[in-house]
Amino acid sequence: MTDISGGAFEMQRMHDGGEVGAIQSGWRLALREFSSNRLAVIGFAILIFFVLFSFVGPLIYHTNQLDTSLTQVNLAPSGAHLFGTDTNGFDELGRVMKGGQAALEIGFFAAFVAIVIGTLWGAASGLAGGIVDSAMMRVVDIFLSVPFLFVVLILAVKFGATVLSLSLVIGGFAWQVPARLVRGEVLTLRERDFVLAARTAGAGSWRLISRHLIPNALGVVIVNVTFQVADAILAVSYVGFLGFGLHFPNVDWGDQLSDGSQYLQDGYWWLIYPVGACIVLTVMALNFIGDALRDAMDVRLRRR
Amino acid sequence: MVSYLVRRLVTSIIVVVGVSIFIFLLLHAIYPSPARQVLGLSARPAQIDAWNKSNGYDDPVVVQYFRYVGGLLHGNLGFSYTNNQTVFALFSERVARSAYLSGISLVIAVIIALPLGIFQAVKRNSIGDNVATSAAFILYSMPSFFLGLILIQVLAISLPVFNFEATQSTSLWVVIGDWHSMTLPIFTLALISVAAFSRYMRSASMDVLAQDYIKVARAKGLPERLVLTRHLVRNASLPMVTLIGLSLPALLAGNLITESLFNFQGLGLLFFTSLQKVDYPVMLAYTLAGAVLVVVGNLVADIALTVADPRIRLA
Repeated sequence: MTDISGGAFEMQRMHDGGEVGAIQSGWRLALREFSSNRLAVIGFAILIFFVLFSFVGPLIYHTNQLDTSLTQVNLAPSGAHLFGTDTNGFDELGRVMKGGQAALEIGFFAAFVAIVIGTLWGAASGLAGGIVDSAMMRVVDIFLSVPFLFVVLILAVKFGATVLSLSLVIGGFAWQVPARLVRGEVLTLRERDFVLAARTAGAGSWRLISRHLIPNALGVVIVNVTFQVADAILAVSYVGFLGFGLHFPNVDWGDQLSDGSQYLQDGYWWLIYPVGACIVLTVMALNFIGDALRDAMDVRLRRR
Repeated sequence: MVSYLVRRLVTSIIVVVGVSIFIFLLLHAIYPSPARQVLGLSARPAQIDAWNKSNGYDDPVVVQYFRYVGGLLHGNLGFSYTNNQTVFALFSERVARSAYLSGISLVIAVIIALPLGIFQAVKRNSIGDNVATSAAFILYSMPSFFLGLILIQVLAISLPVFNFEATQSTSLWVVIGDWHSMTLPIFTLALISVAAFSRYMRSASMDVLAQDYIKVARAKGLPERLVLTRHLVRNASLPMVTLIGLSLPALLAGNLITESLFNFQGLGLLFFTSLQKVDYPVMLAYTLAGAVLVVVGNLVADIALTVADPRIRLA
């Protein structure tokens, strides 16, 4: 309830004719809404944990991820190897950290690629209108109909899977939803007075898109980013599980699970459950954040 | 309504044509010719050129595309050199099995998710709702192969109730009857959809519960049971039709994963082996078939919804 009294205080100052206080921006309100959502905070904490775990973890927990050691194969968790060792004698905890690096890098980079393509495509389509808009949206329909995983697998097989190639391929086939969202926003925005004003002032299409339309459509894009990251991490795990993932010395979580699944009957649970839990927790954290962002951006749901 | 359906049909045809051009060009750019697979690694460039020439692989892409589409319209899906069989024969051998696996999983997913979502909306924030929501969140974030591995571990190895491998029989009737081997693959595929469907049903039901006609129904003294069955269920489950249409790409992907995990001889596994053997006529035909299925599925869902929902039908 403090925010209401704060607002009243600001209004009071304005009535007094003193210094005019800054009215809280939509972004600030959204941030406050977001941080009051318990699941969002948990999701954010889990995500930060996995970023630190994957990128800072190896600096603290040193393991040899380059040389196989055949005397140390499939050891159960112990003091020396907290998560045990895998089929090549690599320390499983260190391996999970390495897989986390790949998952997060590909997840965020693929989402970036998808968002950039989608935003530009959607904004251009919405601004152009008419037949160009219809044609550009049919292209989106075509990309939506292409079975995503199939094409990603075909390209991964042909070009070899690296962090860069997987990100580009996954991002290159995941931009349709942001394109639709941004187009929808632009269709309403372009009728607004400030866009007319900018046009009157002689702004070209690129300036309209980059300075006026995209910044104002950013809300829907930001909500979509987290879902994009989550979907990309799942996609990488599928590619890896089917055996077309990253090559040694790199590793991804799906690849690790696939290796572990060979030993299901031997009871080597440490090769499966820690990695699986990492995938589930990371994706779930991103989904929590995405849901909360969507609620926070939705003015109708905002508490006043 | 008719003009809407006609427009919808025309766009679908445009999308199918566009998708076929796109997928053909993409695969053609990656694998211009199967000559290497046919003639082997020791073939000389001159031999490969000669083979390409005699089989039409040196024609312009446009010619090759129209030849391929012409073949498709006559039921010729290409020839798999690695299997030494026509793609049509490979597909027709497996399509019923894959359709059964995906179809029954979809039906089971809907049968579980519909009542679950409605129950959650009616008893919102109860313990049952919270448990179901948490389970849906976890399942929704879980790769299907991890779910499959857990099911195998618990229900096939620790408690040997089911088989950890799908049945290898080629007879559809044996496949349908063999619950011992088919339960785990079916539920692996179904449970992933249950998560998405039940979340959607819950929010759709909550929207309906807030509508005035529910208030009217309650105000006029209709028993709660009838409010739910007559007014809530019918209105809330309509959008499920669209959702099922939209879930087809995920179902195809899930089918690929599940068939690979349980070694079920369906189309997904065929596609998986074609990736390993670089058997691109199979890749091309299956990707294309998947895309057409997605377009047709969405079209059918839209038509069904238009016919079923008077608000759309009469608009």
